[in-house]
Amino acid sequence: MLEPRPLKVDAPKMTARSVNVYYGAKQAIRNVSIDVSMEDVTAFIGPSGCGKSTFLRTLNRMNDTVASARVEGDITLDGEDIYAPDMDVVQLRARVGMVFQKPNPFPKSIYENVAYGARIHGLASARADMDQIVERSLRRAGLWDEVKDRLHDSGTALSGGQQQRLCIARAIAVDPEVILMDEPCSALDPIATARIEELIHELRGRYAIVIVTHNMQQAARVSQRTAFFHLGTLVEYGSTSEMFTNPRETRTKDYITGRYG
Amino acid sequence: MASSGHTVKAFDEDLTDLRGLVSEMGGLAEQAISASLQALVNRDLDGAARIVESDKRVDEIEAEIELQVVRLIALRAPMADDLRDVLAALKIANIIERIADYAKNIAKRVPIVSETQAIEPLSILPAMGRLAAEMVRDALDAFAARDAEAAVAVCGRDRAVDDFYNSLFRTLLTYMMENPHNISPSTHLLFIAKNLERIGDHATNVAEMVYFAATGRQMAERPRGEDAFGQLDDLDEKGGTR
Repeated sequence: MLEPRPLKVDAPKMTARSVNVYYGAKQAIRNVSIDVSMEDVTAFIGPSGCGKSTFLRTLNRMNDTVASARVEGDITLDGEDIYAPDMDVVQLRARVGMVFQKPNPFPKSIYENVAYGARIHGLASARADMDQIVERSLRRAGLWDEVKDRLHDSGTALSGGQQQRLCIARAIAVDPEVILMDEPCSALDPIATARIEELIHELRGRYAIVIVTHNMQQAARVSQRTAFFHLGTLVEYGSTSEMFTNPRETRTKDYITGRYG
Repeated sequence: MASSGHTVKAFDEDLTDLRGLVSEMGGLAEQAISASLQALVNRDLDGAARIVESDKRVDEIEAEIELQVVRLIALRAPMADDLRDVLAALKIANIIERIADYAKNIAKRVPIVSETQAIEPLSILPAMGRLAAEMVRDALDAFAARDAEAAVAVCGRDRAVDDFYNSLFRTLLTYMMENPHNISPSTHLLFIAKNLERIGDHATNVAEMVYFAATGRQMAERPRGEDAFGQLDDLDEKGGTR
């Protein structure tokens, strides 16, 4: 078993140290330590069942919703322990937003989809403020021009790629610091995928972005740092260009070159 | 360290085909070097013409390798050591084409040299050619075996070829000074020696690509031989490399 390396970045936005995750008796994550940087897009790659999504979900406590899940270790956001008893989980998830594999807009209007989070977090008092938040979020998500004339149509009437950008706009609306994306393009066609990838590129620097992807080319395209997970452990974490041209670990190499199992 | 094959078997076949082409091309170049010197020593004009002709096949294989590499990158999106291997194949094919050109150039001089009076330094050239051809072969063997250490060993031998060249250069100068009739044959032999010296340099470049493909790192700067004028490289010697 490899020693978990201290995987430090300058001024990390989030840090995880010695994290273990269990589902009942089964251990899904083994002693993972990693830093997430504000400047870089971080990609988690690895075969199915390697724990990358499970680990992603520990970063905004989505695993709290799984009754059998238990998380050990330290995870911080700006140095603050996110598993501290006094942590407001709703507030945490506003700061660490999430976009899922399948676009999941609410069965409400486009406007309401974006406004919902901002409203429950009390970010806008007047109607004009809310209009501004909705427009800014849709613009940042690259969707504004396509939907500005039909903001009150149902969000579910949009195409898959538009729905996914709507979900990103919804995540952005509450002004998060970190955005977690769990295979955000796996249900999208190549054009819609390219638009999301372009969007990730534009959002970089404004938000710390962590993306889980099965598509290694996508990890290579959108991220500056890549973490390779295998059997619940973090095998290798480093600069994306290094990982895809000269990985240090044989297991990483076998996976990215298509020799795995 | 070479792990199991790819999950997609056709990918392995593509890589094997590519390596096969590089080997075939290298074999032809290596053969052309020794055959050109044979033709030179034996004044074999037909043999020399055959070498010039066979260079076309080398050019064809180079073009084939380029197509294969473009196709492989487009269709298979190779990563990590696969990517380095494919790029190395492309660059090595390019270098071998140059090596074969030098051999062809030697063959082209055979008719001219055959018309002139034979001079003694001619007999040294086959030994120098063997050394250069061995470097080419060993560099390609290192590529086939993904052997970084063997690649380093090839680079270490470039100095011997350079030393050959420098000593021939001095010898040929004395021949030219002795008798103006020697100038024409000496000049051709000097060009041939220079071609062999360049082949040694190119074999070294192949070895450096092999090293990069195998390790992902650039080979450290190697100590270079003294050149015929004994000045340029003195700057690089920094003392004690001899």
